[in-house]
Amino acid sequence: MSDNPAISRIQSEIDGNDVVLFMKGSPMFPQCGFSAAVAHALTTLGVKFKGVDVLEDADIRNGIKEFSNWPTIPQLYVKGEFIGGCDIVREMFESGELQQTLATKGIEHAA
Amino acid sequence: MAMAATEIEQLIKEGIPDAVVTIEDLRGDGDHYAAYVVSAQFIGKSRVQQHQMVYQALQGRMGGELHALALQTSAPEQI
Repeated sequence: MSDNPAISRIQSEIDGNDVVLFMKGSPMFPQCGFSAAVAHALTTLGVKFKGVDVLEDADIRNGIKEFSNWPTIPQLYVKGEFIGGCDIVREMFESGELQQTLATKGIEHAA
Repeated sequence: MAMAATEIEQLIKEGIPDAVVTIEDLRGDGDHYAAYVVSAQFIGKSRVQQHQMVYQALQGRMGGELHALALQTSAPEQI
Protein backbone atom coordinates (compact mmCIF):
# COMPACT_ATOMS: atom_id res chain seq x y z
CA MET A 1 0.00 0.00 0.00
CA SER A 2 1.17 3.47 -0.80
CA ASP A 3 0.75 6.56 1.36
CA ASN A 4 0.01 8.52 -1.77
CA PRO A 5 -3.77 8.58 -2.36
CA ALA A 6 -3.21 9.25 -6.08
CA ILE A 7 -1.39 5.91 -6.38
CA SER A 8 -4.36 4.09 -4.82
CA ARG A 9 -6.70 5.79 -7.29
CA ILE A 10 -4.46 4.81 -10.20
CA GLN A 11 -4.41 1.23 -8.95
CA SER A 12 -8.20 1.12 -8.71
CA GLU A 13 -8.57 2.44 -12.29
CA ILE A 14 -6.24 -0.30 -13.48
CA ASP A 15 -7.97 -2.96 -11.39
CA GLY A 16 -11.43 -1.85 -12.50
CA ASN A 17 -10.85 -1.63 -16.26
CA ASP A 18 -9.34 -4.22 -18.60
CA VAL A 19 -7.77 -1.58 -20.84
CA VAL A 20 -6.80 1.79 -19.40
CA LEU A 21 -5.01 4.60 -21.17
CA PHE A 22 -3.60 7.43 -19.06
CA MET A 23 -3.48 10.27 -21.55
CA LYS A 24 -3.61 13.98 -22.12
CA GLY A 25 -7.15 14.86 -23.12
CA SER A 26 -9.93 12.40 -23.82
CA PRO A 27 -10.09 9.59 -26.41
CA MET A 28 -12.40 11.80 -28.50
CA PHE A 29 -10.36 14.97 -27.98
CA PRO A 30 -6.71 14.11 -27.30
CA GLN A 31 -4.62 17.12 -26.31
CA CYS A 32 -1.27 15.69 -27.36
CA GLY A 33 -0.03 13.93 -30.47
CA PHE A 34 1.46 11.01 -28.56
CA SER A 35 -1.76 10.38 -26.65
CA ALA A 36 -3.71 10.71 -29.89
CA ALA A 37 -1.54 8.08 -31.59
CA VAL A 38 -2.18 5.46 -28.91
CA ALA A 39 -5.89 6.24 -28.68
CA HIS A 40 -6.06 5.95 -32.46
CA ALA A 41 -4.36 2.54 -32.45
CA LEU A 42 -6.84 1.22 -29.88
CA THR A 43 -9.81 2.70 -31.70
CA THR A 44 -8.60 1.24 -35.00
CA LEU A 45 -8.48 -2.18 -33.37
CA GLY A 46 -11.97 -1.68 -31.98
CA VAL A 47 -10.77 -2.02 -28.40
CA LYS A 48 -12.95 -0.64 -25.65
CA PHE A 49 -10.80 1.31 -23.25
CA LYS A 50 -11.04 3.71 -20.38
CA GLY A 51 -9.24 7.00 -20.97
CA VAL A 52 -7.99 8.83 -17.89
CA ASP A 53 -7.24 12.47 -18.61
CA VAL A 54 -4.18 13.40 -16.57
CA LEU A 55 -4.60 17.08 -17.45
CA GLU A 56 -7.65 17.13 -15.21
CA ASP A 57 -5.74 15.92 -12.19
CA ALA A 58 -2.18 16.94 -11.34
CA ASP A 59 -1.91 14.26 -8.62
CA ILE A 60 -2.67 11.52 -11.15
CA ARG A 61 -0.40 13.15 -13.71
CA ASN A 62 2.56 13.03 -11.35
CA GLY A 63 1.53 9.84 -9.58
CA ILE A 64 1.35 7.73 -12.73
CA LYS A 65 5.02 8.46 -13.46
CA GLU A 66 6.00 7.21 -10.04
CA PHE A 67 3.59 4.29 -10.25
CA SER A 68 5.20 2.79 -13.34
CA ASN A 69 8.68 4.32 -13.08
CA TRP A 70 7.96 5.81 -16.49
CA PRO A 71 8.54 9.50 -17.18
CA THR A 72 6.04 10.20 -19.93
CA ILE A 73 2.38 10.08 -20.83
CA PRO A 74 0.52 8.29 -22.46
CA GLN A 75 0.72 4.98 -20.62
CA LEU A 76 -1.27 1.91 -21.61
CA TYR A 77 -2.32 -0.79 -19.17
CA VAL A 78 -3.99 -4.06 -20.15
CA LYS A 79 -5.36 -6.33 -17.45
CA GLY A 80 -3.18 -4.68 -14.86
CA GLU A 81 0.02 -4.89 -16.87
CA PHE A 82 1.90 -1.81 -18.05
CA ILE A 83 2.32 -2.33 -21.80
CA GLY A 84 4.23 0.81 -22.65
CA GLY A 85 4.14 4.39 -23.81
CA CYS A 86 3.61 5.83 -27.26
CA ASP A 87 6.75 4.43 -28.92
CA ILE A 88 6.26 0.88 -27.68
CA VAL A 89 2.54 0.78 -28.45
CA ARG A 90 3.13 2.16 -31.94
CA GLU A 91 5.88 -0.37 -32.60
CA MET A 92 3.68 -3.21 -31.30
CA PHE A 93 0.69 -2.00 -33.30
CA GLU A 94 2.66 -1.88 -36.54
CA SER A 95 4.19 -5.33 -36.02
CA GLY A 96 0.90 -6.92 -35.01
CA GLU A 97 2.25 -7.69 -31.55
CA LEU A 98 -0.33 -5.46 -29.88
CA GLN A 99 -3.17 -7.42 -31.46
CA GLN A 100 -1.51 -10.61 -30.27
CA THR A 101 -1.07 -9.30 -26.73
CA LEU A 102 -4.72 -8.23 -26.59
CA ALA A 103 -5.83 -11.63 -27.84
CA THR A 104 -3.63 -13.44 -25.31
CA LYS A 105 -5.13 -11.37 -22.54
CA GLY A 106 -8.63 -12.09 -23.74
CA ILE A 107 -9.46 -8.54 -24.82
CA GLU A 108 -12.00 -8.32 -27.61
CA HIS A 109 -10.91 -6.40 -30.66
CA ALA A 110 -12.08 -6.09 -34.22
CA ALA A 111 -8.98 -6.17 -36.41
CA MET B 1 14.54 23.79 -22.95
CA ALA B 2 16.22 21.97 -25.73
CA MET B 3 19.09 19.55 -25.42
CA ALA B 4 21.89 18.90 -27.88
CA ALA B 5 21.91 15.52 -29.61
CA THR B 6 25.49 14.93 -28.50
CA GLU B 7 24.48 15.48 -24.88
CA ILE B 8 21.68 12.91 -25.16
CA GLU B 9 24.04 10.41 -26.73
CA GLN B 10 26.67 10.98 -24.07
CA LEU B 11 24.21 10.48 -21.20
CA ILE B 12 22.90 7.24 -22.69
CA LYS B 13 26.44 5.94 -23.18
CA GLU B 14 27.39 6.84 -19.63
CA GLY B 15 24.43 4.86 -18.35
CA ILE B 16 24.75 1.99 -20.80
CA PRO B 17 28.44 1.85 -21.76
CA ASP B 18 28.17 -0.70 -24.59
CA ALA B 19 25.24 1.07 -26.23
CA VAL B 20 25.31 1.93 -29.90
CA VAL B 21 23.30 5.14 -30.10
CA THR B 22 21.89 6.82 -33.17
CA ILE B 23 20.16 10.16 -32.68
CA GLU B 24 18.03 11.84 -35.26
CA ASP B 25 16.89 15.44 -34.92
CA LEU B 26 13.41 14.97 -36.35
CA ARG B 27 12.52 18.57 -37.04
CA GLY B 28 15.93 20.18 -36.96
CA ASP B 29 14.78 22.24 -33.98
CA GLY B 30 16.90 20.60 -31.27
CA ASP B 31 13.74 19.63 -29.42
CA HIS B 32 12.24 16.59 -31.15
CA TYR B 33 14.55 13.63 -31.36
CA ALA B 34 14.43 9.98 -32.19
CA ALA B 35 16.98 7.70 -30.56
CA TYR B 36 17.84 4.16 -31.58
CA VAL B 37 19.73 2.31 -28.90
CA VAL B 38 21.26 -1.12 -29.30
CA SER B 39 22.90 -2.83 -26.35
CA ALA B 40 23.73 -6.37 -25.24
CA GLN B 41 22.40 -5.34 -21.82
CA PHE B 42 18.91 -5.41 -23.34
CA ILE B 43 19.08 -9.16 -23.93
CA GLY B 44 16.32 -10.94 -22.02
CA LYS B 45 14.64 -7.68 -21.02
CA SER B 46 11.17 -6.53 -22.01
CA ARG B 47 10.75 -3.41 -24.11
CA VAL B 48 9.44 -1.56 -21.09
CA GLN B 49 12.56 -2.52 -19.11
CA GLN B 50 14.81 -1.52 -22.01
CA HIS B 51 13.22 1.90 -22.26
CA GLN B 52 13.38 2.32 -18.48
CA MET B 53 17.15 1.72 -18.65
CA VAL B 54 17.50 4.49 -21.22
CA TYR B 55 15.28 6.84 -19.22
CA GLN B 56 17.36 6.11 -16.16
CA ALA B 57 20.52 6.97 -18.09
CA LEU B 58 18.90 10.29 -19.00
CA GLN B 59 18.58 11.03 -15.27
CA GLY B 60 15.14 12.52 -15.17
CA ARG B 61 15.53 14.74 -18.21
CA MET B 62 12.98 12.77 -20.19
CA GLY B 63 9.61 14.46 -19.85
CA GLY B 64 11.38 17.54 -18.53
CA GLU B 65 13.91 19.48 -20.55
CA LEU B 66 13.87 16.66 -23.07
CA HIS B 67 10.38 17.11 -24.39
CA ALA B 68 10.14 14.64 -27.20
CA LEU B 69 12.40 11.66 -27.64
CA ALA B 70 10.97 8.83 -29.69
CA LEU B 71 12.78 5.78 -28.47
CA GLN B 72 13.51 2.47 -30.12
CA THR B 73 15.63 -0.11 -28.38
CA SER B 74 16.89 -3.54 -29.31
CA ALA B 75 19.44 -6.14 -28.41
CA PRO B 76 22.17 -6.81 -30.98
CA GLU B 77 21.28 -9.33 -33.69
CA GLN B 78 22.32 -12.72 -32.45
CA ILE B 79 24.23 -14.86 -34.87
